[in-house]
Amino acid sequence: MDIQTLTFIIVGATFALYIAIAVWARAGSTNDFYVASGGVHPVMNGMATAADWMSAASFISMAGIISFAGYDGSVYLMGWTGGYVLLALCLAPYLRKFGKFTVPDFIGDRYYSQLARTIAVICAILISFTYIAGQMRGVGVVFSRFLEVEIATGVFIGAVIVFFYTVLGGMKGITYTQVAQYCVLAFAYLVPAIFISIYMTGHFLPQTGFGATIAEGVAGEGNYLLARLDGLSEELGLAAYTEGLRSKVDVFAITCALMVGTAGLPHVIVRFFTVPKVRDARRSAGWALVFISVVYLTAPSIAAFAKVNLINTINGPELTGVEYEQAPEWVKNWEKTGLITWEDKNGDGEMFYSGDERNEMTVDRDIMVLANPEIADLPAWVVALVAAGGVAAALSTSAGLLLVISTSVSHDLLKRTFAPNITDRQELMWARVAAGLAVALSTWFGINPPGFVAQVVAFAFGLAAASFFPAIILGIFYKRMNSAGAIAGMLVGIIFTLSYIIYFKFVNPAANTPDNWWFGISPEGIGTLGMVFNFIVAYVVHKATGDAPKATQDLVESIRYPKGAGGATGH
Amino acid sequence: MAFKSEELAKAYWRENIGLVLKLLAVWFLVSYGFGIILVDWLNQFTFFGFKLGFWFAQQGSIITFVILIFIYIKRMAALDNKYEVHED
Repeated sequence: MDIQTLTFIIVGATFALYIAIAVWARAGSTNDFYVASGGVHPVMNGMATAADWMSAASFISMAGIISFAGYDGSVYLMGWTGGYVLLALCLAPYLRKFGKFTVPDFIGDRYYSQLARTIAVICAILISFTYIAGQMRGVGVVFSRFLEVEIATGVFIGAVIVFFYTVLGGMKGITYTQVAQYCVLAFAYLVPAIFISIYMTGHFLPQTGFGATIAEGVAGEGNYLLARLDGLSEELGLAAYTEGLRSKVDVFAITCALMVGTAGLPHVIVRFFTVPKVRDARRSAGWALVFISVVYLTAPSIAAFAKVNLINTINGPELTGVEYEQAPEWVKNWEKTGLITWEDKNGDGEMFYSGDERNEMTVDRDIMVLANPEIADLPAWVVALVAAGGVAAALSTSAGLLLVISTSVSHDLLKRTFAPNITDRQELMWARVAAGLAVALSTWFGINPPGFVAQVVAFAFGLAAASFFPAIILGIFYKRMNSAGAIAGMLVGIIFTLSYIIYFKFVNPAANTPDNWWFGISPEGIGTLGMVFNFIVAYVVHKATGDAPKATQDLVESIRYPKGAGGATGH
Repeated sequence: MAFKSEELAKAYWRENIGLVLKLLAVWFLVSYGFGIILVDWLNQFTFFGFKLGFWFAQQGSIITFVILIFIYIKRMAALDNKYEVHED
């Protein structure tokens, strides 16, 4: 059976499974729609959080970026896992004790201010929206390859599926479906990695395999894989794989923005409201990181293997180039999507990939994970499985994000602010309308993205780091912090970060070089600076306007210990 | 008030903060310390075929993060019991 048929079958089967679960657990009340009535086991919740968390950016894009950026790609690995430590230690247990549905609920109540709530809602929508735009691109990459259509068509098909999928279920449907999706995506990620590791190095574990020596019968046999990769990179005019190009300041800033952003992402935080106890909130965060690590520890090995394989197949074992006529099937398949192109500059009919003027190939980084099993010549069912995993990753995250957007609009904006008298039924309807609008807008951004999937997603983290994180941390650990300080901090943080990103990515992309960046920090890492500004402004304004009222300080005292945590309530 | 006295409430919070700060110090050391600031210096050592700094950036820090959270879960459960503020 060919790859395309198998892909249809496997993707179709996993879909049937998700929809079956969504229908079985169909949301009946608004409470179910938002937080699954607070009754989800920590291990299950950890797994669902992991699926929610690991988006198309993690599954499809991250290993590809590491593959091309080498050491510089570590920012994603450390950033997206290290944030869970902050989340588990500094946020999850306290927010669970607080017992509200959403992050804007926390901000609004803690800072006793409708204005603070509204600003938080707008930040939540902005962040989730940036994030989901990256996902749509990811779904599009998968569909375009396996339906053999243009990337724009792929994005469109993906968007339609995501929309129906989210509107059918609510959080409860999503929680159990996401458990299934985690299993599919982790399996799909590990199987090809193990196959390739055995083939390249003879190691069963890819995590140790990419540090090992190259197996017999593979180009460069006997050498350490990473040393060979450094050597190849040098010969081809690329940066040394294990060293990278970015400045230390920038690597530091991006890692920090991603970590802190992780802890401030509304669709991740809301997960910790769905467990019955404070203790379970801590455990959920721990389990989530365990399940995430399974994929994140594998990603750098896939990245290294894929890079070696790519160079070997395109340039040939002797680095002289391979004739286009004899190009493997995968090159031609991906050419149809427009994500790989070959331009015979020297007219010798041979393909050549390098970092200098000899280069004749453009390879979109986002295809590396999907193309990897094909490049390594793995069985067709493995290729199909990876496609199913990619769809699972993109779907689960998009669904979670759409939920945050729709909740923010229907619950936080309408019910709590502008139209307190609407019925449950109307609230649910508005939630669905908001989800529809969000899908439409993000489809447009999926077709016209300002960067690779993981980069677009990185902006969402910067925004979260600069807006929510300081407000929540101060809200828990500094009981005297008042509403004026928090509001000023959030506004300064998000406006500064957003302006910096928009300026360098949309207004003046030509100036997007290290010389023009503030303190050498790229737009991906600028959220760190935004966060620092947020903290400083919040503190200064608080000092000028006096302490929070006694009732609020007592409230903060009461969230600092677990005893007496009830179920989450929103009304 | 879940605590028997104001002093106990303060002591609980102090111990909690102390634990969190200790764990965050390790968190900072393995990622920003070993993985970024000291990476070039650590790269002169080899660890199972990896340059050590590179290994911390792409593997070691993640493994440490998981361990940190589970230490936290265990120590906080003990702390909650000690001050009798655990859930029923």
